[in-house]
Formats: sequence, C-alpha cells, structure tokens
Amino acid sequence: MDQIILEAKGVSKYFHDPITVKVLTDVNFSINRGDFVSVIGKSGCGKSTLLYILSTMDTDYSGHIIIDGETMRDKNEADLARVRNEKIGFVFQFHYLLNEFSVLKNVMLPGLKLGKYSVKEIEHRAYEKLKILGIESEALKKPNQVSGGQKQRIAIARALINDPLILMGDEPTGNLDKKNSEIVFDIFKELAEVYNQSLLIVTHDNEFALRTDRIIEMEDGRIISV
Amino acid sequence: MNFRLLVSISGSLLLARLKQTIVAAVGVTFSITMFVTLLSFMSGLNDLLDGLIVNRTAHIRLYNEIKPSDFQPINLSASFKSYHNFISSVKPKKERLQIYNNAVIMDFLKADQRVSGIAPKITTQVFYNVASIDLSGVINGIDVEAENKLFLFQDYVTDGNYIDLKNTPNSIILGKGLAAKILANIGDIIQITTAKGERMQLKVVGYFQSGLQDIDNAQSYASINTTQKLLGESGTYITDIQIKLKDIALAPELAKEYQKLFDLDAIDIQTANSQFETGSSVRTLISYSVGITLLIVAGFGIYNILNMMIYEKMDSIAILKATGFSGKDVNQIFIGIALTIGIFGGILGLILGFGLSVAIDHIPFNTAALPTIKTYPINYNPRFYMIGAVFSIVTTYFAGYFPSRKASKIDPVIIIRGK
Ligand SMILES: Nc1ncnc2c1ncn2[C@@H]1O[C@H](COP(=O)(O)OP(=O)(O)OP(=O)(O)O)[C@@H](O)[C@H]1O
Ligand SMILES: [Mg+2]
Repeated sequence: MDQIILEAKGVSKYFHDPITVKVLTDVNFSINRGDFVSVIGKSGCGKSTLLYILSTMDTDYSGHIIIDGETMRDKNEADLARVRNEKIGFVFQFHYLLNEFSVLKNVMLPGLKLGKYSVKEIEHRAYEKLKILGIESEALKKPNQVSGGQKQRIAIARALINDPLILMGDEPTGNLDKKNSEIVFDIFKELAEVYNQSLLIVTHDNEFALRTDRIIEMEDGRIISV
Repeated sequence: MNFRLLVSISGSLLLARLKQTIVAAVGVTFSITMFVTLLSFMSGLNDLLDGLIVNRTAHIRLYNEIKPSDFQPINLSASFKSYHNFISSVKPKKERLQIYNNAVIMDFLKADQRVSGIAPKITTQVFYNVASIDLSGVINGIDVEAENKLFLFQDYVTDGNYIDLKNTPNSIILGKGLAAKILANIGDIIQITTAKGERMQLKVVGYFQSGLQDIDNAQSYASINTTQKLLGESGTYITDIQIKLKDIALAPELAKEYQKLFDLDAIDIQTANSQFETGSSVRTLISYSVGITLLIVAGFGIYNILNMMIYEKMDSIAILKATGFSGKDVNQIFIGIALTIGIFGGILGLILGFGLSVAIDHIPFNTAALPTIKTYPINYNPRFYMIGAVFSIVTTYFAGYFPSRKASKIDPVIIIRGK
C-alpha cells in the first residue's frame, strides 16, 4: 500500500525584491514512502525555491505543504524546527559541517537535539550511519581533515541520524567529481532499495535523474511532468 | 538534555575562538577587579575619615554658650506688648560657662537607655609661658578613663602613657606641635597662666597627636581635677558634657530634647560636621560611576566579539536551524557564550579584586596626621563583591542580548542560497 508522506497542494511563491516575480505557480505533487524522486529543470526555474519550501525553512508561500498528514501552515517557528529535526533530512550542495566538532559529533547533533535516545545510543547509531556510508574510520577526525567526497557523505549521515521520513537534496553531488558523485548516487540507491528511505533530490545531472524511480520536471516555476 | 546540548555547543564555539574569548573575559576581569578594589579602597578611606570625626567627637555636646538673652526687659512691660521693639547694643548677660547641677544631669543621662556613655569636660583658655613669651592655647580638662572609653584617647597619645594624666598630680599631655614650639620634653615642668592671671606649674607626661594641626599646635589635656585647681573652681565645676549614643542617627533629635530638658545648649555631630557626610557620599558616587563605566566598556567588548562570532558562524547557525534547532535554541547558545565570558571574567575579577585590595592593605601609609594608621585603609565589605558579581552578569547578559537575537533571526535559506 502506498502511503503519501509529502504533498504539495497549489503551492505558489513570489519574490518581491527588486521587482515582484512569481517563481512558483500552482505546484501540485505528492511523494509516497520509499519513493526515490528526482527534480530536474533549467537553471533558475525554481527547484531550490521549491525545496526550501518543502523543507519548511521558507514559510513565505501560498498553498499547502502536508508532511506526514499534517499541514505546515499553522505551525510556529519552533514547531517547524521540530518537524525538520524529526522528519526531514537535508543535504545541500555545500556540506555545512561544523569544524568545531568531530565528524561523529556533527552526525550526532540533530539526534541530540531530538533527544529521543540516550547519548550512548545516538553515538552508536551515528556509527551505524557512518558505516553505511563507508566512512566510519573518519569518525574521530575534524571535518577539515577529510576529503570533499567524504564531507558530503558525512552530511548525508547527519541527514539520516533521526531516520527521517524523507531525505531531500539540493544538488548534493554538484560539488563532487564524477567518481564521488557515483559513490553518493550509489548510496542513495542503496538507501532507497535496502532501507526503503524516501528521497527527493534536485539535480542537473540527467543521467543521475534517469536512474531514479521518478522524475519531476520543472519549467518556469511549474511542474510540466511528474 | 536540550540545555546540556546547548551548553556544549556554546562551549565548543567558545573554545574555537579562545583568544578573542579570553580578551573579552579579560575586559570583564579588569573592570570587576577595578570596581571591587576602588570601592573597597574608597570605602576604607571613608571609614577612616569618618572615624577621624566620629571616634573623637561627641554625638551630642551639652554646654553653656555666652550669648545675649532672647528675653529683654522691655518684653515684660504690658504697655509695649503689642509693639515691635528694636533694642540696639544688646550685650550678653553675665553668665558662667559652668553647667550647674551637672551631677544630676549626668546621672540622668547614664540612666537613659539610648545613651552609651558620657564624659564630662572643662575647656579653658590658657597661656603657655616660655621664657618671656606667652603662647595662647586651650586646656581640655578630662575624666581620663571616660575619655579613653568614649574617644579612644590612648590612640592619640603617641608618647608617654595616657593614664599618667590621672595618676600624676598636676600633669599635662601636650599637643605634639605645641610641645615642639615650647621645647618641652616629657618630664619637664612647664608654666601656664590662666585668663584670670593665675599661674601654675604642670609636669609634661606625654604628647598627643590628633591629626588636626590646629589642635596639635594649641591644645593640651589635663585631668579634670587639675583643671579645676587651675581655675580655682570647686570640684563640681565642668563646662561640657559629651554624650555618645547607641544609635548615632538619633543625635539631632536627642540634642533638641536635651536642650529643652536641661536648659543648656546642645549640638549634635551631624550639624557640627555636615561637610564630612557630603565628602563620603561624593567619594562613593565617584567609585560607583568609574566601576560601572569600566563594566559598560567591557560590555561593548563582549558585544563586539559576539557580533564577530555570529558573523563568522553564519553557516553553522544556518545548518543548526536547517537540522532542527529553533531560533530560541540559537539565542540561548549565544547568550550562553556571553554569560560564560561574564561569569568566568567576573569570578576572576572578584578574586583579583580581593588580591589587589589585600596588596593595597599592605602598602605602608604613614602620615603624621593619622598616628594609628600604618597602611592604606581597605574595607572588605562583601557587598562590593556581590554588586560586582551581579553587575558582571547583568552587563554581559545585555551585551549578549542583541547579538544573540540577531543570530536567532538568521534565515537559513538566505545563507544557504548565498553559497
Ligand atoms: N532572494 C531572491 N530574491 C529575488 N529573486 C530570487 C531570489 N532567490 C531566487 N530568486 C529567483 O527565483 C528564481 C528561482 O530560483 P531558484 O534558486 O529556485 O532556481 P533553481 O531552479 O534552483 O536554479 P539552479 O538550478 O541554478 O539552482 C530565479 O529566477 C531567481 O532569480
Ligand atoms: Mg538551485
């Protein structure tokens, strides 16, 4: 049975600075549990904008975002932070690791924030995630002591620490070379197939997109094919 | 759990910027050190100067003043009752300085619960005869024991033993300046003449030094008996009754009461020495303003470092928010940093402030004016430390407030888009 975990209903967005432009027009789609979806489209068509709205970080839009059956409309800032913490994993083009903390602590941070498990258990789970991504040997290093590809994998591990409903990525392989992109893609594939993880990945790489379960294509702020 | 997490994040951010953190904390330390030291020192000084007056001055002094009577004969006349009478060339009436019935008054005062002690006194003008020169001055006839109990007389007797004044008949303790002028050594016999022309020889048994030049150059002490003999008066003759109270604040009120009750003149210490209180409060005010100014400057230091830190840590703040930390969490992380700087800087400041106070307390401070003081005065009042601690936390909190608020309002989308 397919269960809808994320749904966009008539989502539109304007930017008002410097002039009012509509960057998203009546976006409707939904994602089921375990789906591996990619979003493609020309540069500037509104992919990132859409992803920020879906991730609840951007609240300035019209329409509805429904995550796990709940609309995000009437939630306050703290509630939305909680939703992001618990249900959404995010991977950006840039890794955004905190150099003050070890790789392991970076992965643990969202888990510690959630506070569902004990510190010991979170540490154990962080090791597991790092193991899935093949970088458990880097756990005790500082982020500035590992390679670019490894950094991105650490960021993925961090996104996974709370077993999110959905993992979102905004060109997560955009900064990586061919080989590292390949590794990251394989990881996503494995997560989808082995762990039944839902994924929504924005990409410029058509080859990458073709290998996902489903492609959402955008043009000028609209979805032209789902 | 959440709190501990936020604290640990604050700590890590702090450690990552250890140098700037230390500089900011040193700012707080410095200002708290100065604040505590300044207040302790100023307050010590105030106590010293107050003590100079309070220890040596009667809270209330009862005496007879020679002055014209308020009540002139014409006031008795019925026919001029409704007139306004101008009388010129009024002279003081012939009145003696003596306090009559002083034994009764003193017994009454001793029984008064509000009075902690009394000491009778005779003040009289004399001439010290040196060769053919007569130096004018004053002899205070005192009850040696009572004077010592109330005004720590022995502290001011720098040479000789104060009690000799009582035990040696016809003895005198000279002001140090006066002794130097008339070249009198301890054991010498000096001659004095009273205002009425009586001559008497007195034995010098000591010198005293009050710290006030005017007094030390002209005054001397003798026992009440000696002074009575000198004046040719009976054993009941005294001119002043000095009163010390349990609560000095009651002095003005009681002075009025006694003035009425005994039909004598009475002056209280507050009226006689109002300038000292003003000096004390101004000194206190100055120390507080300097201390608070230093703290505000330190506050700006903290404000700066936090702003810089937030500017540097934009990315970290953005990702914390993206992964589920709320604005409030971010706010607390930075407030935590500010308070850590404030608390550590403050505690160190209190310790150093104490150390510096102790050091000042050991610096020798010998002045002819203050014979009992050997080092700079310090008041170790715990209140200054409390105020310092509270101020350091309050200022750092406010210094951290605005930067932290700014951090909590950072929109992660803007940061992430910017990359
Ligand atoms: N803060 C902003 N203010 C005004 N216009 C904006 C702002 N951010 C984005 N835009 C505009 O919104 C449109 C969509 O931007 P968005 O970043 O979503 O594109 P994108 O599809 O992610 O492009 P790319 O593939 O290059 O990342 C663009 O035309 C851009 O100029
Ligand atoms: Mg984009």
